[in-house]
Order: sequence, then structure tokens, then C-alpha cells
Amino acid sequence: MATKLLIEAIREGLMQEMEADERVFILGEDVGTRGGVFRVTEGLLDKFGEMRVIDSPLAESSIVGVAIGAAANGMLPVAEIQFLDFIHPAMDQIMNEAAKFRYRSGGDFGCPIVIRSPYGGGIHGALYHSQSIEALFTHTPGLKVVAPIDPYDAKGLLRAAIHDPDPVLFLEHKRAYRAVRGEVPDEPYDVPIGKAKIVREGSDMTIISWGWYLQESIQAADDYMQEQDATIEVIDLRSLRPLDKDAILESVMKTGKVLIVHEANKFGGLGGEISAIIAEDAFAYLDGPIVRIAGPEVPAMPYAPPLEKAFLHDKDDIRAAIEKLAAY
Amino acid sequence: MGRTEPSRTATATRDDVAGLSHDDMRRMYETMLLARQLDERMWLMNRAGRAPFVISVQGHEAAQVGMGFALDTSKDWLLPYYRDLALVLHFGMTPRDMMMSFLARKDEPNSRAKQMPGHYGSRKHRIVTSSSPVGTQFAQAPGVALAARMRGEDTVVVTSIGEGGTAQGDVHEGLNWASIYKLAVIFFVQNNHYAISVPQEKEMAIENVSDRAVAYGMAGVTVDGADAIDVYVQAREAVERARRGDGPTLFEAKVNRLTPHSSDDDDRFYRSREEVASYRERDPITVTAQRLKDLGALSDEQDQDIRNRVKASINDATDFAEAAPPPDPEEAFTDVYAPEGSRV
Repeated sequence: MATKLLIEAIREGLMQEMEADERVFILGEDVGTRGGVFRVTEGLLDKFGEMRVIDSPLAESSIVGVAIGAAANGMLPVAEIQFLDFIHPAMDQIMNEAAKFRYRSGGDFGCPIVIRSPYGGGIHGALYHSQSIEALFTHTPGLKVVAPIDPYDAKGLLRAAIHDPDPVLFLEHKRAYRAVRGEVPDEPYDVPIGKAKIVREGSDMTIISWGWYLQESIQAADDYMQEQDATIEVIDLRSLRPLDKDAILESVMKTGKVLIVHEANKFGGLGGEISAIIAEDAFAYLDGPIVRIAGPEVPAMPYAPPLEKAFLHDKDDIRAAIEKLAAY
Repeated sequence: MGRTEPSRTATATRDDVAGLSHDDMRRMYETMLLARQLDERMWLMNRAGRAPFVISVQGHEAAQVGMGFALDTSKDWLLPYYRDLALVLHFGMTPRDMMMSFLARKDEPNSRAKQMPGHYGSRKHRIVTSSSPVGTQFAQAPGVALAARMRGEDTVVVTSIGEGGTAQGDVHEGLNWASIYKLAVIFFVQNNHYAISVPQEKEMAIENVSDRAVAYGMAGVTVDGADAIDVYVQAREAVERARRGDGPTLFEAKVNRLTPHSSDDDDRFYRSREEVASYRERDPITVTAQRLKDLGALSDEQDQDIRNRVKASINDATDFAEAAPPPDPEEAFTDVYAPEGSRV
């Protein structure tokens, strides 16, 4: 099977769904002639033309609003928000409109839109090109949120998201676009939304993560397992809402120890929700405290390299947390 | 009130151009009257403690019906706002639907009793579900029109708002989108000069909202919203322009809000009784009725027949809705996501 970069898998997924289904079109800032600032949509304008690859005005609220309107009239729009940091002007459209269409119409209207957006730091993007604000969206019933890091998952989840009857925020870790490579089938396929993936099986500890920090977590776990007579289960959540509660609980009941690793800040973050689920439903199985590695409580990622490094965690930090938790 | 006599871009007495039969005119009038009297019934029931909330169309009926009759409801779309009772009736919703919604009965068609009254929506009638944050529909309407264009359909999309809502950023964004792509959207501003309590001069520095149209490179029209025939004449031009691909229109109807903002408001705090009484002199129901009578389209007898029909219809709707059950408590938890595994 061919190996592809994350960015190639997403592009291929977009291309194949646009070929397969005339209802699918894309809109966003610079997605046309420039092929997106990260080149995710490169080549799509030439292939599908200006009617289906729309260079939008620089106005996020209407990028989402237009997508919602088109979806109400039978299309399957894929909107791009250039950086997740710029999504805030569209919050009303996402949270008050898209997420509530089905509920507020008593099921008469769905809102089958996908909002793709690069997120996450470590690329010298500073405050406004690095944010991991997924928890703002996972708190919103009516929305679905996915954050695949494996190219295979990205292509399959994108197809599932496009054909999902409800709005899906599709998060792409920008640091991983050209840094993560994996096997990706050439043909189209679905990866179901709401299912986590066990990327390392183990019995002594569970690490729950997603996004770039999943990569760091896998490395930390592999390093640890090479040196110690212990096995660590690593779970890639992939979907953040709905959350795969069963996969989380099943693993925790087996291992009794949990480390949650995410790039977003800790307070009010998704790690807190995962911790609460475990405390409510698997308390008796725990052999130690639930440990979270998360971003610091500062407004956003700073620019200067030493500051950015200080904000971020890496596999060594995760390794240290593993050792501490293993001691219980 | 100087405001009720806005500038016009065309003469207001071109009945021949309107292409309306007397029968059409009477249907317009009946829809106006139905909306008005339904609204009045809801206020009575609200004041009698039978329902917690009503938000009114009163004063906007001619503007809405004039716009509605210029559209083809078999293929055109509406993204309404909360005063659009007459427009949604024209699009096919019924007095029973409205009364079910007002009394929040099980399976009322707008939202299955999840939303407050006045939050219209019906896929069957091509009315996109609406919300309370004002202006969001202006950013969505170009998308509805875009979808139609992608399929080669000549659909026209109308979206409504009050002049107060036009201060929102989404309004600018929607106008901009529609004008860039010359989309078939009528941006229908029903200017009643008040955003709840804030008068127009504190909402904007201009007299006519439609003056902004030039900045978007689109047509702008301001019309007296008291006379349904006048509105229709202008609306038809805008609809024809949109349908032949010549782009959107910022269409403003000057109206007066005859009631407080909603049943929870008390307008005595911000406008005099004399001011409100002066609006009654230009009540769209009486203005339009007189226009029809002048044209020979409405006899006193016909007027009475219409009034009888309207009253019977409202009584029927009230009885029907009062007899209907409330939603089951479990319905608070339905319609969040499509059933698992479903695909579009």
C-alpha cells in the first residue's frame, strides 16, 4: 500500500469525494488559485473549476454562513477556516446556527457541513497561528469534532464527515501535515466518527491523546517499553465529540492507570471531561491518580523559540509522567 | 411622520404594470388580514395567561404580502425573521400551524415546540429554520442561492430582517457575498424605525438602509410599506432582476411597528402615545383596503366575506391547537443528531 503524508491524504480525500458527488464543493480563503495557504486544496481549482472551489472573501462568519445556506438547499459544503485561531468570527454561525439547526427545527433541517481547519502549534506561529481550542466546540451539543493525525484516519474520517448529516469540525494538526506519513489506500473508504483507535496495546497503563501529542505519546511509550518490562496502551481518540467512552473505559478497566495528554490548556479542557467519565464509571478500577499533561494557562502560544518550547510538551515530559504514574 | 413617506425610485400608482387581477389583490388583502387578526388573537391569549410570548407582525403585513406575491413559492426560498407571520402564511404555513406553535403543542411544525413562537422554519415550504440572534440569516441566504445556481435553477431567495439587525456584521458579509457572485437574493429590510427601544437615528446615520446598496454594487430600493400593491410592484422588479441573473437587491420597506417589540416589552418607556396613534393613520390594513376599493377590487360585501373567513379560520386554529397535547417531556432530548449510521 502506498504511504502518504497527512496533507496528501486529506487532499486525496477531498478530490475523490468531489469526483464522486456533485453536491460536494469547497469554499474558504485562498483555497482556489493558491491551493490554500498550506496547499491542502492544491490542484482542486484546475480540476473542478471556480463554481466548486470558491475563493471566499476574507470573512469567516459568512464562509460558514454560506456553507450552512448551501447545505440547507441540498449541497455538501466543505468550508476551510484558514487557521483555527481565526474561527471566532464564525462562532455564532457554528454554535448558534449549524449546531442547532436540527434541534431547533425539530429534525426538519440537518446541517451537513464540514469545517476544515488547521490547528496546533510548534511551527513558530505564535498566538494566532497555533491555537488548540477544540474544547470550545466539544462543549457544544449538535456539533461533531474530529482530530485525526494518522493519514489513513484523516482520509476516512473526511469522507465520513462529508456524508454525515450533521456539522463536523475537522481539525488538522498543521505541524503534522508534512511530518506524519502512513499507509493510505488509493480507493475511498470511511472511518467512523466517534470511534477511538488503539495504536499500542498494553496492560499496565493507558495513554489517551490526539493530534501531535499522540505522536509524542507513542514515542514516549515505545521508549519506555523498550527499557521496562511493562506494556502501555495508547489510544488515539480521533473523534473528540462524540467521544468513544467505551474504548476509554475498557482500557482503563484493564490497566488501572491513565495519562491524558493534550496540547490545549488544562483548565476546562477535554482532558477534564475524560477524567470525569473515568472517575464516574471506572473509579473502582483505578490504581493511581488520573494524570493530565496539557498546555499552560496562558492566553496562547508565544513566538520566540525558547518561549514556544517552554509552552510545548514533548516525549521526554510524557516519559517523566509515565514513570511517575508507574510508581503507584 | 416624514419617515412614512420615503423616497421612491418609481411611481407608486402603476396598477396596470403590477399584472395583478382583482382576485390576486383580494388574496393579498386576505393574507394581510389573516396575519393581523391571528396576531391580535395571540395577544389576547397572551394577556389572558394562555401563552407566555408573542412577537408581532402588526404594521408589517403589506410589506410582507407585497414581497410574497412577487415570488414563486413553488421554487423560491425564504430565510425569515421573527416578524414574518404574513410571509410564512403566504409561503404555505397555516393558521393551525401558527397557533400550534404559539401554544407550543406537540409536533408544531416550526420546531416541534422547541423554539419560542416566531422562529419559523419548514423544509416543505422552503422556509429555512430561523434563530433569535439577528443577522445570521443574511450570511446564509447567499449560500441557499449559490446551491441553486450550482444546479442551474432559477430560484430566488428572500431573507428578512429589521433595520436594527442591519448593524450586524453578518449583514455586511452576506451583502458582500451576494454582490460578488450576483446571487439571486433579495435582502428584505423591514424598517420600522426601532430596534426594540432604540430609534433609527441611534442605529445608523442614514435615512434609508437601501442607501448602502451602492457600496455593494447592487440595486437598492426603498418603498412605502403601507400599501401592498406598491410593495408588490417594486418587489416584482427586484425578483425579476434576481431571476434573470442580474444580481441581488437591498430592498427596504418603510413600516411602523404598531405593537411593543414583543409581549415582554412596554413601549410607553420610549415612544409617545401620540406617535403610536399616528401610525394607525397609515395602518397597512386600512391603506391597502382603501387602495383596493379605489381600484374597484374590493366591495364592502367582499371585505365582509373575507373578514368572516379569516375569523372562522382563526377560531378553527385556536380550537385545534387548544385541543392538541403538549410535547412529551422526552422530546427535550431528541433531534440533536441524525440517527447513528445515517448518511447524506
